[in-house]
Amino acid sequence: MREWADFTVHEAGGRTTIVLQGPLLVSSIGLLDRRLREFGEPVQFVDLSGTGEIDTIGAWTVWRFADEHNAHITGASEQAEKLLETVGANASTAPIEPPRLPLVTRTLEFTGAWTIEFGHGVARMVGFLGAILVGLATVIRHPRRFRLKSLVRQMELVGVTALPIIGLMSFLIGIVIAQQGAAQLRQFGAEIYTINLTGRLSLRELGVLMTAIMVAGRSGSAFAAQIGTMKLTEEIDAMRTIGVSPMEALIIPRILAAVLMMPLLGFFSAVIAMIGGAFIADLTLGIPFITFLTRIQEVVPLFDLWVGLIKAPVFGLIVALAGCYQGLQVRGNSEEVGMRTTKAVVQAIFMVIVLDAFFAVFFDQIGWG
Amino acid sequence: MSGKNGHDDEQLEELREEVLDEARDDVISHFDGEYPIEIEGLRNSFGSQVIHEDLSLKVKRGEILGVVGGSGSGKSVLMRSIIGLQVPDAGEVRVFGQNTVGAEPDEEAAVRSRWGVLFQGGALFSTLTVAENIEVPLKQFYPELDPELLHEIARYKVRMSGLPEEAAAKYPSELSGGMRKRAGLARALALDPELLFLDEPTAGLDPIGAAAFDELTAELQETLGLTVFLITHDLDTLHAICDRVAVLADRKVIAIGTIPELLESDHPWIQEYFNGPRGRAAHVGFAGGKASRKSVDKATAGKA
Repeated sequence: MREWADFTVHEAGGRTTIVLQGPLLVSSIGLLDRRLREFGEPVQFVDLSGTGEIDTIGAWTVWRFADEHNAHITGASEQAEKLLETVGANASTAPIEPPRLPLVTRTLEFTGAWTIEFGHGVARMVGFLGAILVGLATVIRHPRRFRLKSLVRQMELVGVTALPIIGLMSFLIGIVIAQQGAAQLRQFGAEIYTINLTGRLSLRELGVLMTAIMVAGRSGSAFAAQIGTMKLTEEIDAMRTIGVSPMEALIIPRILAAVLMMPLLGFFSAVIAMIGGAFIADLTLGIPFITFLTRIQEVVPLFDLWVGLIKAPVFGLIVALAGCYQGLQVRGNSEEVGMRTTKAVVQAIFMVIVLDAFFAVFFDQIGWG
Repeated sequence: MSGKNGHDDEQLEELREEVLDEARDDVISHFDGEYPIEIEGLRNSFGSQVIHEDLSLKVKRGEILGVVGGSGSGKSVLMRSIIGLQVPDAGEVRVFGQNTVGAEPDEEAAVRSRWGVLFQGGALFSTLTVAENIEVPLKQFYPELDPELLHEIARYKVRMSGLPEEAAAKYPSELSGGMRKRAGLARALALDPELLFLDEPTAGLDPIGAAAFDELTAELQETLGLTVFLITHDLDTLHAICDRVAVLADRKVIAIGTIPELLESDHPWIQEYFNGPRGRAAHVGFAGGKASRKSVDKATAGKA
């Protein structure tokens, strides 16, 4: 059982004395403190002679009470004296909550700051794209400064290591499209069009789009986190002082890797999705595997492939751009790395989907519908 | 206890029940044994790399023990083993007489409330203000404390740690490195612990800030009667405030004692450490400046 600090009130000759008992420790003071706060009558003396151990929190409670009532403290042990003096000397009434504006002002301020920041962000992003183009031009003019090794390394990280997960994802998506498509088309007796649906959708849209989302999650985030951490540990500054351009050493290999690998990954994804569709068609719709694939050749126009392949490098550029840009924006502390990484992924996926909508309208208008 | 204080008995009973609802049962009183920390036969390893082998160490109550050793000699790992962040392969660690290795969660929580730890970077919670940081351990262990009392405690702890009072409302990112360390110290001291762990408190501070922090440590140690386990690289800190110094090398504590005692040892690392150019400079500087620093004087009185 825990022993609590307690008090009794003695009145003699018109003078009130509060007599404290028990240990005055953080573990025993809770109850006493609440009761002392409610004690409203005048008090002249606080007697500590009956108390046990004391710590600063106990001393504070006594000091605050005595100060509030202008009472004298008597019977304090040497240790208690010392602590009372210390807490008394350190008493403070400073506000402990950060200043906060009223709601309306705060909302307006936030909106304004956000708008300005958004504008600057767009301008900086365009600036960054420009810097990359300049960097690329420099590399083309001085091919020896091109970092082939890090490009290959990044291509491996962005492309080769992503194959299993993208393959699995695409296979499952192919199954879902074919299965759900067949379920709907069956109502019109047009089950056979499942093949058109699966083939055209994977090549034109889903293969590339899902791959872009996966690459944004895998590589875009990695770019932002790596570059952000290097920024924090001042590696990027160190590079600059040695004369190595971070643009050439870090950014261009990553951007190029994403731009080059995205079409390959997108095509791979579309092919696996069609195989997934054929697999489920064979199993549940009674369309033989090989027939499914041969039909695809007949029903999918070649420009569907081009639509996918044209979109892919653009999506790759966006993902890498967002990752590298956000990484370079990291400032201050490690919390920022996480925040910027999230931002890079969200921004990349959002931009990819917006652009995909534009592409859809564009290709439709030029007759590649 | 007594109800003859003009307080309504029923009301008191209600209040007591409400508080008891939240509070733990056990009484926590100060440790009065001789050694708050006792380590025997400690072994730590990461993979095939053995950090500690058969390490033993006893920390006396009320002393400031400096722990030194080369980089990678396992100073921080030793501290982490004591505070239970690192589970040792073998050996016994007793804090306040209780074994902390494999202790029951309840017992462990009781011990945890009796020590404070200052991590190297301060390790303040970055989404909370300094005052809120200080209130976290208080709320965690003593939920029955009145919110008003919590705020008051936070305010005086901020000032006791040598921070200006406005710092209470600031976020860690708004503070300088030295202030962040002080805020970390304020949080470590929130529960009025008996045992204080400091991991390189003066690393990264300028000499003036480091000396002030040493002084603060010594002052608080004296006022609050703390036992301090202090990991450091700073020779000035060792000379200025440490009662004893433990030297970590070859996977164990190779020597422990006052600096003059250590100087008599012929272990090459100790000789190089204390008699190297920096060691001698710190020794000379300390001997010269001793008279002018009161708190420093006290901490080493009768030792040097």
